[in-house]
Amino acid sequence: MKNYRLQLMVCAGTGCVSNHSFEIKDALEKEIEKQNLQNEAQVVLTGCNGFCGAGPLLVVQPDGIFYQLLKTTDIPLLVQEHLIKGRPVKKLLYTPPEEKIPIPKMMDIPFFSDQTLIALRNRGLIDPENIEDYIARGGYKALAKVLTSMTPDEVLAEIKASGLRGRGGGGFPTGVKWETCKRAHGDEKYVICNADEGDPGAFMDRSIIEGDPHAVIEGMIIGAYAIENVRQGYIYVRMEYPLAIKRFQIAIKQAREYGLLGENIFDKGFNFDIEVRRGAGAFVCGESTALMASIEGRPGEPRAKYIHTVEKGLWERPTCLNNVETWVNVPQIILKGSKWFTSIGTGDVSIDPWGGSKGTKVFSLAGKVNNTGLVEVPMGITLREIIYIIGGGIRDGKKFKAVQTGGPSGGFIPESMLDLTVDFEELTKVGSMMGSGGMVVTDEGNCMVDMAKYFLKFTQDESCGKCIPCREGTKRMLDILEKITNGDGTEEDLILLEELSNMIVESSLCALGGSAPNPVLTTLKYFREEYEAHVNDKKCPARICCQLNTYTIDEKICLEIGHGCDVCKKYCPDGAIIGEIKKVHYIDPAKCSKCGACYDVCNFNAVNIQ
Amino acid sequence: MFTEENLKKLEALKKQYPTSRALTLPALWLAQEQFGWLSEDTMKYVAEQISVPFNHVYSVASFYTMYNKKPVGKFHIQVCTNISCQLLDSEKMVEFICTKLGVKKNEITSDGKYSVSEVECLGSCGTAPVLQINDDYHEKLTAENIESIIQSTSR
Ligand SMILES: Cc1cc2nc3c(=O)[nH]c(=O)nc-3n(C[C@H](O)[C@H](O)[C@H](O)COP(=O)(O)O)c2cc1C
Ligand code: SF4
Ligand code: SF4
Ligand code: SF4
Ligand code: FES
Repeated sequence: MKNYRLQLMVCAGTGCVSNHSFEIKDALEKEIEKQNLQNEAQVVLTGCNGFCGAGPLLVVQPDGIFYQLLKTTDIPLLVQEHLIKGRPVKKLLYTPPEEKIPIPKMMDIPFFSDQTLIALRNRGLIDPENIEDYIARGGYKALAKVLTSMTPDEVLAEIKASGLRGRGGGGFPTGVKWETCKRAHGDEKYVICNADEGDPGAFMDRSIIEGDPHAVIEGMIIGAYAIENVRQGYIYVRMEYPLAIKRFQIAIKQAREYGLLGENIFDKGFNFDIEVRRGAGAFVCGESTALMASIEGRPGEPRAKYIHTVEKGLWERPTCLNNVETWVNVPQIILKGSKWFTSIGTGDVSIDPWGGSKGTKVFSLAGKVNNTGLVEVPMGITLREIIYIIGGGIRDGKKFKAVQTGGPSGGFIPESMLDLTVDFEELTKVGSMMGSGGMVVTDEGNCMVDMAKYFLKFTQDESCGKCIPCREGTKRMLDILEKITNGDGTEEDLILLEELSNMIVESSLCALGGSAPNPVLTTLKYFREEYEAHVNDKKCPARICCQLNTYTIDEKICLEIGHGCDVCKKYCPDGAIIGEIKKVHYIDPAKCSKCGACYDVCNFNAVNIQ
Repeated sequence: MFTEENLKKLEALKKQYPTSRALTLPALWLAQEQFGWLSEDTMKYVAEQISVPFNHVYSVASFYTMYNKKPVGKFHIQVCTNISCQLLDSEKMVEFICTKLGVKKNEITSDGKYSVSEVECLGSCGTAPVLQINDDYHEKLTAENIESIIQSTSR
């Protein structure tokens, strides 16, 4: 390989691509040619860097100078100043909110410097469509080590000792799962990678696959070797992720060409291959038994789990299903050892595999924080550190209200609990859960009743309908929440919500129903006063539930500042606004349906909500 | 009805799958890619091709939301209205696009060019709000850039 003085790593994660990073790449290449620098500087496309909100991104190596929010028109200046004169272009660097001095180096930016990378260790450093790049960063070394110097039992022992727990939501100890599958009877077993990632607000797995697909594949091959009698693996990817599907297909093809998949791998008489299966838009298919039903070509309905899938899974054969992030941790544990892995995180897993949370967790940070994107942090970090240091605090100087973890199965965590350490047990204790790693931040402008309603609507839509508590129970709960946000709720409704929740938790067939009430239960627990305001005072404190508000126009502002612009009248669906252009406007409360449109469209803030 | 190429693909798939039932999802994808949507006739055809009962194909197609049971436009616009996008006003984007194209949700424009629907989380929550036109993502939507995104399809 040729050595270049500079490498220009252009982010080609989905976020940056949709912000035109390919145009940045073309512009860079053109400009480099124009300045005759082809032999000194090389442009490389990489996977997602995680700092999606600031794309398109460019990192200039070897110094790690970080550029953000690039436009093609910035490129000539950048090439001139940085590539030729060696001076980073200040105005294109990252400047923390509320500060003036930019931070040139990627690793000095708090978003990056406070992270610990295991699952994302290759992010931004390799071309995910090139196996050579992966190998150059130590890829497939763990596989070589396993196949040449470890027995399957030794591999299993190492994973067990590491205390690795499933990253797909439940935190089930991976070593225990592998061992049960290994012990199960059958000479034909399967391993599966769960890349269905349907949790709203979660995009960790997508980024890992798009940025480092070979790491998943390597983990799966090692798993197949350890479990034994596994000749076929499947990767189940949701259809909404076309790029991830493509990257996997390319990676599998390359791995086959390099003899890392297929017959007689490493000449060790070990046969194993992987295929990609596409989902078709059903959240419940992330659940293990539903996922297997879907691969078998059936509707994705869960089944009761008194028989475990590790014993009877896909086509009734022993099957080991793990999440994308779980698989990606495997090669690193093999290479660096279980001791290293257990040195990161909380608790003690040497006796009880549930005794602690080891390693790191990838979270996707979304919602009302300044730095949205993907972060990997050691277990045991506090929520406050994630939101305020890495996430850079709340957008637009607003006040934090709650952070939602664990998607529709998780819950809302209030300000008073921000110093909670992030691990499987702590999050469960407060009524939320680790889940797959979605972290959605809400601020003072969000109504907690409305948010709970939102999540319940999602689970209600996605309920497969097989069992009654989940299908009918969530519908009842949703009706009550509608009633409350429409201003017709009563104190009894709040009690009924709790009763229904408990019933659904106890009697649902699968975890979709079993955890569906969590968003409602946590908001009822931590933000009860908001429910009470809706029920007793018929008010929405965050002014989100329009039906509870009264709309009026501030005559003075309307006339003096807005000059009676008449815009609101055009948008009012009910003809409730009276007035003519350049004159004061009024709302007729008898006609107003409280849709909130006038409030949204008035450019002069003349519409008041009470 | 399948093109030569798709028939070949189907043959190749048959070798990979241990049961014919397991072919249902991939075969329906092939059909949807070729015909744009799945009519009952198409489902019957798929059922014959992979030798499984029509009922089975029908139940699978109805269960999974991403199989189009109604025709969609040449450009199928799916706007994420899931949590992170909703926090950043994606529902208004849907309204805006529908008004702009003069079409209702889940329907197609009279020239058959566009259809608009809502979709669950696309995994681009860091750059919300997001929409997908066929396979392409467009993120950080605003009223202005939506307009140019739609325009870019008509070129
Ligand atoms: C409704 C539902 C959806 C789920 N979605 C996912 C998912 O998208 N990805 C995932 O890895 N696990 C998901 N799970 C958890 C899986 O059932 C399973 O526990 C997990 O994939 C096991 O892998 P792990 O042990 O590596 O975590 C879901 C569970 C339920 C009940
Ligand atoms: S709990 Fe809900 S999703 Fe799970 S099997 Fe029952 S109805 Fe289906
Ligand atoms: S949009 Fe605002 S300023 Fe214009 S007429 Fe309505 S209330 Fe007055
Ligand atoms: S809230 Fe809606 S109905 Fe009422 S005045 Fe404003 S636009 Fe008209
Ligand atoms: S919520 Fe819209 S992409 Fe995730």
